[in-house]
Amino acid sequence: MEFGMEYWTFIVRWLHVLSGVMWIGLLWYFNFVQTPTVPTIPDELKPAIPKHIMPVALFWFRWAALSTLVWGLVLAWMNGYLGDALAIGLTSGAARDASIGFGMWMGVIMAFNVWFIIWPNQQKVIGLVEASDEEKPKAARTAALASRTNTMLSIPMMYSMVSAQNLY
Amino acid sequence: MGNPLDSLTGTVISGLILTVVMVLLTNMIAS
Repeated sequence: MEFGMEYWTFIVRWLHVLSGVMWIGLLWYFNFVQTPTVPTIPDELKPAIPKHIMPVALFWFRWAALSTLVWGLVLAWMNGYLGDALAIGLTSGAARDASIGFGMWMGVIMAFNVWFIIWPNQQKVIGLVEASDEEKPKAARTAALASRTNTMLSIPMMYSMVSAQNLY
Repeated sequence: MGNPLDSLTGTVISGLILTVVMVLLTNMIAS
């Protein structure tokens, strides 16, 4: 085996997938496990979620999101299709560029949601940033909707990523 | 009709519908 460009491209893909599993795994944990379960937790145990679980989960969640995005963009650049993919294949007419391009843009929107909508609002909900009692439910609703939007987008995003590599 | 994102099922179905739309658009761009 040679440690040429092909190998380093593979290493970047590996880092992209590792980060992506961490990110989408935590996203699905929030949406499929935590949010539906919270109402059934006894009141005296509920504070454990915002005090102990959420700060750690959100730390790995937001940095994994950034890492996935950065390694994904580096990978597309190394493979030489960054521009055609960002143009969703309209410049090349290639199905692969269109497919990966849709996924890239969904990933960009999702990472934006994490850093600029979910994280600032969750900081208010879990008490890392001061917020009035009126602000907190509003922040929780905004964060929840952005998180659900990301869960929705994760389905076609994953299809586009896998199909670009395996179908086209 | 409420917001489909209020339920987990609505969220997943919306994601599947978006997937179909995306595949159709990909085919249109590629043809």
